[in-house]
Amino acid sequence: MNFEFRAIYWRDMLKFFRFKSMLISSLIQPVMWLAFFGLAMSESFDKLTSVIPPIAGVQNVDYLSYMGAGIIAMDVLFSSLFGGTSLMFDKKYSLLRETLASPVPRYHIILGVGLSGVTKAFIQTSMIIGFGKLIGMDFFMGYTFTETLIAIIGIFLLVGIFTLGFLFLSGSIAITLENPEGMQSILTLLSMPLFFVSNALYPVDAFPAVLRFLSMFNPLTLLADGIRYFALGNNFSVMGIHYMYTSADIAISFLGLLFFALTMLATSLWRFNKVDV
Amino acid sequence: MGIIESDGGHLIRKGEGVDLEMTANVIEVNRLEHSYGSVKAVDDISFNVKEGEIFSFLGPNGAGKSTVINILTTLRKIQKGEARVNGYDVAKDSKSVRKSIGIVFQMLCLDHEMTVCENLEYHGKIYSMPKKERKERIEELLKLTELEGKRDTLAKDLSGGMKRRLELARGLMTKPAVLFLDEPTIGFDIQTRMRMWEYLREIKREGTTIFLTTHYMEEADQLSDRISIIDHGKIIVTGTADELKNKLGKDLIYLETSDNKTVAEILRAIESVKAVTEDTKSLRVLLGVDVTHVLPLIMEKIRQAGIEITTVNIKKPSMDDVFVHYTGHGLREGEPKEKEEGIEIAGVME
Repeated sequence: MNFEFRAIYWRDMLKFFRFKSMLISSLIQPVMWLAFFGLAMSESFDKLTSVIPPIAGVQNVDYLSYMGAGIIAMDVLFSSLFGGTSLMFDKKYSLLRETLASPVPRYHIILGVGLSGVTKAFIQTSMIIGFGKLIGMDFFMGYTFTETLIAIIGIFLLVGIFTLGFLFLSGSIAITLENPEGMQSILTLLSMPLFFVSNALYPVDAFPAVLRFLSMFNPLTLLADGIRYFALGNNFSVMGIHYMYTSADIAISFLGLLFFALTMLATSLWRFNKVDV
Repeated sequence: MGIIESDGGHLIRKGEGVDLEMTANVIEVNRLEHSYGSVKAVDDISFNVKEGEIFSFLGPNGAGKSTVINILTTLRKIQKGEARVNGYDVAKDSKSVRKSIGIVFQMLCLDHEMTVCENLEYHGKIYSMPKKERKERIEELLKLTELEGKRDTLAKDLSGGMKRRLELARGLMTKPAVLFLDEPTIGFDIQTRMRMWEYLREIKREGTTIFLTTHYMEEADQLSDRISIIDHGKIIVTGTADELKNKLGKDLIYLETSDNKTVAEILRAIESVKAVTEDTKSLRVLLGVDVTHVLPLIMEKIRQAGIEITTVNIKKPSMDDVFVHYTGHGLREGEPKEKEEGIEIAGVME
């Protein structure tokens, strides 16, 4: 009879759909990324790289499709990284008090908030894939129906684990800090290296060795790679760079993200159990 | 002594292994102590709350009231001493304690973006109440707190008093054995406050034990079956309002004279005068007998000493007098802080 996390989830979703500004902006944001950043970047990248001859015998993928995976990764990164902020306001305005004083175990709060974050991330991922297909993103090209289905499930699984990891991280920070300004600056600081030291938007092959090495451990890289594996296949080229994913690569993506999410879960449990009412 | 089980309706039955003689106590506190660093907030407190009564902690801000309530509601870890709520040890069985109680916090804490109904619904959900029970209970409570017409109103659109009533309803959602209220009417005007008392009396009539803290004399006086006056972390005295007042004496005289100090000396020598306290301007004289018998004597003695009396005021002892008598000071020290909190709450309400 331990389903209290559903109550937390219920409340979170209720408010998500009630705050029209929150709802609409979270739906529009991914579309804007694709429409403005995506189209602009892909046009110039494709132009710049048009002189590079495509690798023979390998399916060539345009930049828009390549970065489409990165846009999904980035979009869910930002919404989950900032997703914990609401917990800080809940704490600040004593909204958490009622829940913290109830018999509900603390991990149910984390679980409920995590699940609602995953739901929102799924909505955003669907938006990007849907709109991306509309403007010519080559996701699931030449896939059968079953293959597409498996690919979508794979992407959602990765997105889910990734989102939980960053929500737990952001929740831990939110519950530990007292003021929103501090939270804001920490999150901005965190998002910088995550964002740029990854292959979400561009290949890392030309990175300095140190950055390339670091990018391998970046959850954003793991997610972008995983999404590309599922959406674009295990053998394609983009801008003259040959991408080949083996089963080991996709396993690393899954395990890496899982490890990250579990570590963050442990951190958030530790932080939440310390919260005083 | 009533049999507890027959009182029925409570979600949680009494804990097992409770001594039969003690079942009448819903709260038992034994030698409770609590410090913040080197500051002792609660200093060796013991008291019991009987089933079905309204029990008040009366004292100024910083007296340790909130600390006691936080320990009893398991929000703060117990440091020293013992406390049982509804038969459960707060240190060992916090989950059972939490299931047995309802809390109305000092600060308003409603979800302003949810409606009245949704706020109650959420509370029922986190306490794992079945759906049918939730629906029924919400209807009962909306009726009790007269919020039926506001069921689909967002909490942020309620008036301050209504918000408090919604919190009251929420605290009662799970049919708790004890309802804890920390300064339930702080910052409210007297009409709102008196209405709140009515609701609390109604809740008491339905059999819920109420433990509340307050620094309003009238609140403790009008509402409580029993009152503990608490100051500097200690319980100074416990009793019914009448008991406390009667202990003080039969009547009370306020005197203003040209030489209060000398008059105090003179009056202390009179046998039927129980106590004399000097205020900045006036003297407070507690009498053991009816004022009509001693007043002429008092006037006579003061006149003999050649001191002029400017004002005489006679009244029955009030809770204020009780408080001053036992603590040696008024509640005034707490006043500025109370105002601050009032402002803070008003801020949150917006």
